[in-house]
Amino acid sequence: MCLFQSVMNYLPKEVLEHVFDFLTSHHDRNAVSLVCESWYGVERFSREKVFIGNCYAVNPERLIDRFPRLRSLTLKGKPHFADFNLVPDGWGGHVYPWIEAMAKSGINLEELRLKRMVVSDESLELLAKSFPNFKSLVLVSCEGFTTDGLAAIASNCRLLRELDLQENEVDDRKGQWLSCFPESCTSLVSLNFACLKGEVNVAALERLVARCPNLRSLRLNHTVPVEVLQKILVRAPQLSDLGTGTFTHDPDSETYVKLKNAMKNCRSIRSLSGFLDVNGRCLPAIYPICTSLTSLNLSYAPGIFSNELIKLICHCKKIERLWILDTIGDKGLGVVANTCKELQELRVFPSDLYGVGNTAVTEEGLVAISAGCPKLNSILYFCQQMTNAALITVAKNCPNFIRFRLCTLNPIVPDAATNQPLDEGFGAIVQSCKRLTRLSVSGLLTDQLFLYIGMYAEQLEMLSIAFAGDSDKGMLYVLNGCKKLKKLEIRDSPFGNMALLSDMGKYETMRSLWMSSCEVTLGACKTLAEKMPRLNVEIINENEAGEDKASCDDRHRVEKMYLYRTLAGPRTDAPDFVWTL
Amino acid sequence: MEKRGAGLETELRLGLPGGEVEKNEKKRVFEEFDGCEDKAAVHKNQVVGWPPVAAFRRKNSFNGGKMYVKVSMDGAPFLRKVDLSMHKGYSELVRALEDLFGCFGIGEALKEDEENNEFVPIYEDKDGDWMLLGDVPWEMFANSCKRLRMMKRADANGVGLHAKDLLKGFSKED
Repeated sequence: MCLFQSVMNYLPKEVLEHVFDFLTSHHDRNAVSLVCESWYGVERFSREKVFIGNCYAVNPERLIDRFPRLRSLTLKGKPHFADFNLVPDGWGGHVYPWIEAMAKSGINLEELRLKRMVVSDESLELLAKSFPNFKSLVLVSCEGFTTDGLAAIASNCRLLRELDLQENEVDDRKGQWLSCFPESCTSLVSLNFACLKGEVNVAALERLVARCPNLRSLRLNHTVPVEVLQKILVRAPQLSDLGTGTFTHDPDSETYVKLKNAMKNCRSIRSLSGFLDVNGRCLPAIYPICTSLTSLNLSYAPGIFSNELIKLICHCKKIERLWILDTIGDKGLGVVANTCKELQELRVFPSDLYGVGNTAVTEEGLVAISAGCPKLNSILYFCQQMTNAALITVAKNCPNFIRFRLCTLNPIVPDAATNQPLDEGFGAIVQSCKRLTRLSVSGLLTDQLFLYIGMYAEQLEMLSIAFAGDSDKGMLYVLNGCKKLKKLEIRDSPFGNMALLSDMGKYETMRSLWMSSCEVTLGACKTLAEKMPRLNVEIINENEAGEDKASCDDRHRVEKMYLYRTLAGPRTDAPDFVWTL
Repeated sequence: MEKRGAGLETELRLGLPGGEVEKNEKKRVFEEFDGCEDKAAVHKNQVVGWPPVAAFRRKNSFNGGKMYVKVSMDGAPFLRKVDLSMHKGYSELVRALEDLFGCFGIGEALKEDEENNEFVPIYEDKDGDWMLLGDVPWEMFANSCKRLRMMKRADANGVGLHAKDLLKGFSKED
């Protein structure tokens, strides 16, 4: 044994702990804990932040047992396709058992971050009352709570720094939750209530802002008028992240002038969002802050017309992250390409889901962006049409994509110029972008694309497939080729039992697999469940409740299957329509 | 730049022996998607969850919650637009329509509690079908209405429409 190795073996625990303190990523911490028993032990007692990507993969008790010093917990619940109404209500993902277990065990919880979970008012109340040092609550795409639960948080969390509500379904009880922050609360750093529907007490809001000198991030909801925004900006010129409420006002009015002046004084704003309900003629008020903006989200502002957007963009030379609607058009994207040389992440959302949709963007806009923005590494692009030639050009221009998500409004549209499948285009993307970790494909696609993905997408962790492929081979290429695959979600594609069962051990290396409207049968799912006890294979069956499970023919196709690795065994809170095989 | 349609009619068959094929076929049939015509009329099959826009975003970003639809009245030289999100129910909407077209005598026609009402309010839904106003709950109507039309009663005769019953139903909502 060399000297170095023997020294490492005898390093005191405190030293190891100190060294581990420098490891911030979960990945590194996890790796370190696998080295040897002694390192595992030191690591688990010193770990304060834990990330659990699937709340059903492990029990709360096990978490607490392993990490008694837990201070910050991140949990994710429902599968991603729940966002698109593919998962029925009542599926699960409740946070209550976690909060209850941590409260009982005396965990000193300071931070809780939840995504796609069901959060009841009882959970929030228990949370608020059980953890005296609680500082930060971040809820993303959650549901199940009302403003009463928020009132409990506001009233009881003396040291609250962050209350960040992103895109949650909240039942607004029209109470005075915001007024529940006591006068003694001066510690707020971040407050985001943009997703709430109801009015808040604006006087209480202004007072709250005035007494929190560390407030850096504030996102208002649509009920907060411009007059109040102006007053808030005067009180909090130190803000670095602002989400406006409505932004409609008479541009000739005194309030508007005051707003312009207040904006000029906010020299720290780097991130801007909101504009829920906007009058485009009011936008010049924000031009002064545009020059230093690094993040801009106008994706909830369909009222801004293309030319107004373009004028605005011209001021945003330092933008790194831009979320907009396709009302910007290909021409507008050309302006972005010429102006926003620091752009790293772009998301273009559709503005017209059902209608005639003449405002959509095409492959032209995407090519322009790829040519003009050398730092681009993440894209979500909803478009009317696409071509292989365009994707090949994009792949050449931008080899640095980490995330590439393309969605054609018609899910099986072929190359708009040649009528061929889009295999070659997406193939070019995976071949060129060696660091790609997330990919969503759409359009007319055959097994050939999946061959390319299996061959080239070595770093791919998450793949979303819809209406694509010809046969089991497609799915097999992916399962065999993508060694780092963690999440695979497939809908409406002709992949069946052969692909599902060919490498069952693979699923223990992944977080989860979702397959809906594919060709897997009940029998195959049962086989998989039997052979792999450390997987939960769940079938979502939305037929009449009376249907007898035993009488279901194994040859019947399964409409929705969700399987995931787990140490917790079959879940005890599954509703009637979820069968764990 | 010319936008070409897909020109594709694809039926992805599952071909299982005696299995439940029908249910899923519906979801996979996409009719010809010609950019020149009214796409809404052509693209009849609404696929669940496509395009993949998060439910929260769907509810909250389109048209800022506003739902402007065109309103035409038979005989009127131009159309108007009404924002469905501004009204909480059918009676409010009918009042708004009366305001819009008052100068064309619609107000009197609808108010009269007779079977001589000159106009019948109908709407085109997401499937492209023309429906009589008032059958479904307001919310359902507002989410599926693409345009409104005040149809001359004369054109609707023999179909068993009773506009006055309709309006009776509306006033109960208040």
